[in-house]
Amino acid sequence: MTKATRQCGQFLVIAVLFAMAAVFSNWPVYRQIPQGSGIVVLSFVHGADRRADCRRLTPEEIAKLAPNMRRTEECPRRRRSLYVELDLGGDTIYRANLPPTGIAGDGPSRAHQRFVLPAGSFDVAVRLRDTSRSEGFDYMRTERISLAPDQMLVIDFNSATGEFIFR
Amino acid sequence: MIRAIRGALRHGFEIIERAFDRLFGPAMNPVAQLGALGFFFFWVVAVSGIYLFIFFDTGIERAYQSVEYLTRDHWYHAGVMRSLHRYASDLMVVMVVVHMLREFSYDHYRGVRWFSWLTGLPIIWLLYTSGITGYWLVWDRLAHYVALVTSELLDWLPIFGEPIARNFISTGTLTSRFFTLMVFMHVAVPLFLLLGMWVHILRISRPKVNPPRLLAAMMLLALIGVSLWKPALSQGPADLARAPVEVGLDWFYLPLYPLTDFWGRGAVWALLGTFSVMFALMPWLPPLRKAKPAEVDLKHCNGCTRCAEDCPYEAIRMVRRTDGMPFPTQAEVNPSLCVSCGICVGACPSSTPFRRSEELRTGIDLPDYPLRLLRERVVETASTLHVSPRIMVLACERGGGAGHVGGAVTLPCVAMAPPSLIDFILSRDLADGVVIAGCAESACYHRFGIVWTTQRLARQRDPYLRARVSRDRFATIWSSALATKQFEHELADFRRRLAALAPTRPEASTPSQNHAPAAKMPRAPAENEAVP
Repeated sequence: MTKATRQCGQFLVIAVLFAMAAVFSNWPVYRQIPQGSGIVVLSFVHGADRRADCRRLTPEEIAKLAPNMRRTEECPRRRRSLYVELDLGGDTIYRANLPPTGIAGDGPSRAHQRFVLPAGSFDVAVRLRDTSRSEGFDYMRTERISLAPDQMLVIDFNSATGEFIFR
Repeated sequence: MIRAIRGALRHGFEIIERAFDRLFGPAMNPVAQLGALGFFFFWVVAVSGIYLFIFFDTGIERAYQSVEYLTRDHWYHAGVMRSLHRYASDLMVVMVVVHMLREFSYDHYRGVRWFSWLTGLPIIWLLYTSGITGYWLVWDRLAHYVALVTSELLDWLPIFGEPIARNFISTGTLTSRFFTLMVFMHVAVPLFLLLGMWVHILRISRPKVNPPRLLAAMMLLALIGVSLWKPALSQGPADLARAPVEVGLDWFYLPLYPLTDFWGRGAVWALLGTFSVMFALMPWLPPLRKAKPAEVDLKHCNGCTRCAEDCPYEAIRMVRRTDGMPFPTQAEVNPSLCVSCGICVGACPSSTPFRRSEELRTGIDLPDYPLRLLRERVVETASTLHVSPRIMVLACERGGGAGHVGGAVTLPCVAMAPPSLIDFILSRDLADGVVIAGCAESACYHRFGIVWTTQRLARQRDPYLRARVSRDRFATIWSSALATKQFEHELADFRRRLAALAPTRPEASTPSQNHAPAAKMPRAPAENEAVP
């Protein structure tokens, strides 16, 4: 192999390697959702009620406690799971029991779900239960939304006001 | 299964490497410099990153604007630096991945090499973390996509109270402090990566952390060329009200991100977890069968340090003398690091087959394949040499000569053969010529077997080959186990050259005598024989 052939070969190898690096560093383009669709994100953090009510301790139970640790009530830390439902155009597309976070189960429940939908108008209903009731919901909101292509519409919940927010 | 994959990969690497050997030369072969090139690209990324940091501004709006400013307004220096930063990071991934595959294919991950293999795993994780945090800083559409997918992946793990992804789904939730945090991450993680790279080579003797200068210059020129040809650009500012639905992905760093859409986050974590566990366990699947480690015989060790100097695994260290002999040090073998390659045996000045002790002993020896046995095999093999000129092959068990039928003595590494063995073979008329056949020049299994052998034969490294040995009567052939044709071809060349020389024994030149059993039986070295 002559020196010139070798140098041409070296140039070719390096050129191919670097061209590959340049090309695959941003190509091919990846499309996350189909053309003409948007994303609805249900995302919120909310703590449900405690699993059980506070209980008054009996005098015997209080006496058993260390003098400096005596209290009259015992309140369990563990929270209930949240129950959430999301309807779209009359169909329930998401329903979930969201357990509390934290090792002791005393943290808030969290929801973060993405739904890819074709662009257009939809009736959306979102419902949330955070108490001990077995039927019905504590919070709900129904809204007609208009989803543009590539739009990201977020359904959030404000714990302080008890309102669902569409943005 | 693992063996089959390894074999297939090895075959592929052999084809590419031998072609590159011809193109670049063994010393410049980029495939044999992958680790060093990884270091090189890391330094390019580090220097260009420091330069870019001068221009970078942390802030939701300002981050993108500052990157655009340096890319557009100052394209001729800062823009080029940005491209160098991007492409050198991408090439570092390429180097790391190919390096990993090559070490796997050459079985360089089991036995004592487990440490370097295992410490490669955090390097992969840290490298990807460094790259991903870097993409985040630009705060363009790709950064938004990376932020969303990464945070959703992390949120899948039950360790965060509030979903991190909530920060990236609507305007007003993200503050400029976030960019300060990301800058810190993007500096801290590469520092940990560098630490990991240092630990990775800690147990490697004479690690190659710098590629040859000419190769480095070629890579740098190519980097600058590609930066000018196709500068790294942003993909439009991030808009949290719009989903980053179409992005030009960096497929070197983000190939798993689209999988979260198809498989789900749990499956991607399962894939990463399985890969990591498998990777970590591979050195023991199955473990490498190990020969007994080298042993030091203090009666024959004068503490010359040559074995410690030549050991590629840093398995030998010099310690204070313990036997009262008038030498300050003695060699000590660390059995957990010794791979029984025998390079120390070849380095020991007392490893000479001419020695006249009752049983051939040397200062450091392999219990499973002592120098005595090597000499016996050489003598036995000499008796099988019928064809004139008689050629004795001292073959590395992993090289192209290992499979040579007739006249070959295999060794764990060619550097196990002390130069005096060649002198012994020729001066005792055990053969007319000697071939030292090792691995391919750029892929020596024990890393320094070829280098040390070449230097010893060239009288540049102790122990030297004696000057009386004719250069015409020995040759070196460096070929891989798969390149047996190359070996046979070079052997035939040597045979032709040897045939043209005057015979060492006039009586051996006649075929009838050469094939007579009495004539071909070499004289075995007698006990207490004097050194010639």
